[in-house]
Formats: sequence, structure tokens, C-alpha cells
Amino acid sequence: MQPLCAYIEGIGLLGPGLPDWASAQAVLSGREPYQSRKTVLPSPASLPAAERRRSGAIVKLSLATGLEAIAAARLDAASLPSVFSASGSDGENCHIICEMLASDDRQISPTRFHNSVHNVAAGYWSIATGAMTTSSVLSALDASFGAGLLEALAQVVVDDTRTVLLACDTAYPEPLFSARPIPDAFGVALVLAPQRSVQSLAQISVNLTDAGADRLDDAALENLRLAIPAARSLPLLRGIALRQEKPVVLDYLDSTRLAVAIALC
Amino acid sequence: MKPLWLSHFTATSSIGRGLDQTLAALRQRRAGLAPCSFDTVDLATFVGEVAEVDAVQLPAHLADFDCRNNRLALLGLTQDGFAEAVRAATARYGAQRVGVLLGTSTSGILQTELAYRRRDPVTGALPADFNYRTTHNTFSVADFTRHYFGLTGPAVVVSSACSSSAKVFASARRMIAAGLIDAAVVGGVDSLCLTTLYGFSSLGLTSAQACRPFDLHRDGLSIGEAAAFALLQRPPEHLDADAVLLLGIGESSDAYHMSSPHPDGLGARMAMQDALNMAGLESAEIDYIHLHGTATQNNDVAEAKAIRYVFGSRTPCSSTKGATGHTLGAAGGVGAVICALGLQHGLLPAGLNTQRLDPALGLDYLLQNREQPVARMLSNSFGFGGTNCSLVFARAN
Repeated sequence: MQPLCAYIEGIGLLGPGLPDWASAQAVLSGREPYQSRKTVLPSPASLPAAERRRSGAIVKLSLATGLEAIAAARLDAASLPSVFSASGSDGENCHIICEMLASDDRQISPTRFHNSVHNVAAGYWSIATGAMTTSSVLSALDASFGAGLLEALAQVVVDDTRTVLLACDTAYPEPLFSARPIPDAFGVALVLAPQRSVQSLAQISVNLTDAGADRLDDAALENLRLAIPAARSLPLLRGIALRQEKPVVLDYLDSTRLAVAIALC
Repeated sequence: MKPLWLSHFTATSSIGRGLDQTLAALRQRRAGLAPCSFDTVDLATFVGEVAEVDAVQLPAHLADFDCRNNRLALLGLTQDGFAEAVRAATARYGAQRVGVLLGTSTSGILQTELAYRRRDPVTGALPADFNYRTTHNTFSVADFTRHYFGLTGPAVVVSSACSSSAKVFASARRMIAAGLIDAAVVGGVDSLCLTTLYGFSSLGLTSAQACRPFDLHRDGLSIGEAAAFALLQRPPEHLDADAVLLLGIGESSDAYHMSSPHPDGLGARMAMQDALNMAGLESAEIDYIHLHGTATQNNDVAEAKAIRYVFGSRTPCSSTKGATGHTLGAAGGVGAVICALGLQHGLLPAGLNTQRLDPALGLDYLLQNREQPVARMLSNSFGFGGTNCSLVFARAN
């Protein structure tokens, strides 16, 4: 197949010890040491008060990373189609619903219920940004970043449009945590464009491959990559941070990975 | 877009297993809704439950995937020669060139709901036999399907509530056009669980009787479950006259509210108009609209307003949720298959249970079946989070 190509125009990132893309760039390029700290999720100021009160971790993480990437690309969020990819959705909310449904009082609240949908972040995103554009909301368990990247690239290539990819994962509390041990929140957002512009950081060309995924030299960062599906993006982000044109291989499904060629702009 | 061919399709819902039973039920105007006796649910509501789902046994090597949602998926996949068609496409194109793109809203969450009843009284831990990855996780049904067929290419679940299994057609179109895959197993599977039954009840959106879309006295939806699939590929040079094509897709977001539609149906309007534009059709060229039509007060009003804006009042339309119930993440797939059947057999299915049409809605809502040649249909799927998707299907000739 022909590789799928797009230009990265903006990056947003938030994860343990990585409070934004600028800090992450310094860490991933080796200029600063990596120190893991619990992810701090900002209050989503862009949401109306009622929605802000109701928003869980996945909503806060998506808004923070998505808006960071779009600000870097100097674009209007309302104009962009979006791709949301996550292993699961609001884990805390899911736990409380399951707990209530196993109790004598099964009357879950309306807000709990509408926050339980996998597209909760996409819904709040459209309310916060006013985007009436299409939004693809995906899950592929540990392959969620790769699945989101392919969907976003297909949008860019086929529909000749910019799009924003938001790959975000948050933690379940116990007892679900033991069954799905995602340790903390990690999100990455990429604004992708079909043509080169003054904002372009790099062009990526993506193909399927049988090769094994790249690992990170720093043991703590490698643990992060393996522990949170959205952090499977880290080898790509490291390549951009190092301004290296060396191709990277990203983890995807058990049967196939993604080979990503990077050309700097 | 270049039209895509639904070379094979199938649906299993409370009105029937596979196409023959589904078509017969539509022709006989037979509903699959009954008072809810699912699990321990103590709600006064009707559901569209598929018979004998729990009797389905997954192959031994896929036993980890065992849950109601994947049992229903397998039941659906093995109807109408669909599995054989997927295997033939795999042999033709290669295991990496057949994508799996399925919609679901709740996946196998029932498995977790049941596991929470069996937590360790001391530690609170879930039982050792609970397997999150292969049952509860949103991806489970696509992961099960790709393993069932031995497919190694792109696979994903689209989970945007009740638009999920319409949106998979959009993602598959892009993947095929991008050259990533040659064919796609698309569709959706959603199964009964307590989260949706109690959740919709908490919103006051479930009816105490079988749902009555577009009725003056409609008072909410009935939840159903279903598995619907289509095999999507580029059309060959010569197609039978009754072959079914996907001509256009429209997708939008309301940017309005998490659980209420835009009051004027603005997002729905955009989705329908975009689907027509992509198909290169005028609204007058659509012979029938398969409505989202959930039978809640607000949804039906918003959809009717949007349709009047795009189509006027004369296009025949109906909701089949009075027959199947609202199958949530499978609804888009069920709608696609009902349209495909309607196109092949010349059937505009009537809406069931509706006694007195709400005159304020102002549409040509069918209360009787119409049997007539039909060329093009549009199907709507809308969902929580303000997600909208419209699909245009047509006969080849």
C-alpha cells in the first residue's frame, strides 16, 4: 500500500511527569531527566459551568491536550473534525455505576448515565469548542493510539481536511484497576494537515509493518509507554523532540505495528 | 464518494435471526418487544431481547471472549452465509486487507455488572474468572471478530453511543479509499445490560409499554439488542440489478448537550444534507427515510424538524424501533440492513405500535407497509453527545 501521509501542525501532551508538550520535548530529547509525577488535570475552563462540574478525568484530559495542540497550530477548534481514541472512557464513573447496579439501589443518576458513554469526551469537546464537525470515537484496547492515528490519517488523506487526533486514557479505581491496571492519565493530541504550512513541524508517512515496536531507553519512560495505551505514541514524539528523521515503529495490534517515517519541516 | 457495495449483509434482532426471519417480520408487521424479564431488572419497561443468546457457545480457543455481547456477535456472524463470505473475501484479498470496524455502545459491560455482584467480601476484588480485556472493554467485539476470522489488518470499535454502527461505514469508506484495506466487516453489536436499562430509565426516557415512535402520546423508548453486519467492498464491473450500494454518508456533531438533541435538529440536518451531497443526490431522489425515531418526545421532534428542513413533508418515512426496540450501538447497522432488504424486496416498512400520529411532526410517517419498487433510501442514526450520522443506500439498477 501507499503510505498515509500528513503534516503535524500542533502537539498537545499531558501525562505523569509531562505537564505539556514543551516540557515533554525537553525530557524526550534528553535535555531534562524524566521524573514521574502524578498527572494533574486542569479544570476545563472552556466548558459552561454545569458541564464543567459534571466533567470527569477523560473530559479534562481531552480538553487540555486537544486545546494545547490546536493553539500551537494556531487554528480554530470549531473548524476541525476530530478523532477520539481511548481504551476506555470515564473509569471512575463506570466503577460507581457498576457498584450501584450491584446494590439494592440501582437508581443511577442521569448525569452518571450520560457520562458513561465512550464518546463522553467528544460530546463535551463539541460543546466546549462549538465544533459541529464530524467526530470519530474509537477504541482498540492497547492499540487505541494506532487505531486513532490510522483513522485520522485516512480523514486527512481521503477527505483532504485537517483533523485533530486525541488519544487519551485515564485510570479505573479498584477493583477494576486490578483487571485493567492503567496507572495514571496520559493524553496526546496531534493536529494533522494534508498540506505543508508555516505551522508544520514534521511530515509523517505511515504504513503497516511486521517489525517490533521501538522501545525507549529510559526505563521509566519505557514503563509509561507499556502501561498506558496513548503513551504508545512516545517513540514518535521522541523522534520529533530529537528532530531526528529516523523512522520509528509504533505498537498497534498483536498482528501488526505501524512504521512511521518522519521528515522534519 | 465512489459507491461501495454491500456484497453481503445480515441482521439478528428480537424480530428474527438472519434476513429471512427479519424480512418476514417486517412484512407481517411483527414486533419483537415484550415486558422486560431480563436478568434481575425490576423496571416497568419493554425490551427487544434476542432469543437464546446465552445458548451460543464461542469456539474453545476464543473462550476468553465469552460474554453476552460476543455470543450475540457470533450468532449474527453465522447467519446468511456471512462468515463464509468474510472467509472468501479474506482468501481473495488477504488477511491483512480485510478490516474489522464494528460499533457498540456498552460492549460486554454486563460481564462487569455481574462480576460486581461477586466481589470478595473482604478485599472487594472482582472474581478471578473476570476478564476485562476480552469482555467489558469497548474493543472486545471487534477483537473477537478479527480473531474468529483470523484477520490481521486494521481493526477498531467505533463507540459514539447510538450512531456507532452507522459511523463505521464512514470509517470503512475512508480506509478503503485510502488504500489501507480492500474490504471491511462493518456493523454493530449491542446487548442488553443493566447500565442502559437503568440509565435510560433514570433519564425518564423509557416507556412502560412498547415504544410508539412519532405517536402523539409517545412517551419513551424500548431498548433492544441486535447484531448487524455488512461486508463492504468496491463494486465489481458488473452488478446484479438488486445489488445494494452505499452512495453517501453525512456526519456531524450537535455541540449542544450530552443527552438532548439540538432542539431544531441542526446537527441532524447537516448530516442528512452532507449525505445527499456526497451521494450527488437531491432530496427528492430519496424514496424512503429510515428514521432514528426513538419515540422520546424530544428526539422525534428534533428529527422531524430536520427532515422537514431538508426534505419537506412528502418523503415516506418510518422508524422500525417499534419492532426491534432501540438497539443503541447496533441501531445504525440494523437500519442499514433494513434499508438493504427494503431496496432488494421493494418494501417500505411501516412503523409499529403508533396509534395516532403526532400532527405537529408533519411527515409522511408510514403506518402501513408499502410494497413498491424503490431505488434509494436514507437511514438516520443519532446519539448521546450530539453525534449524528446519515447513510444513503441505493439499488445498483
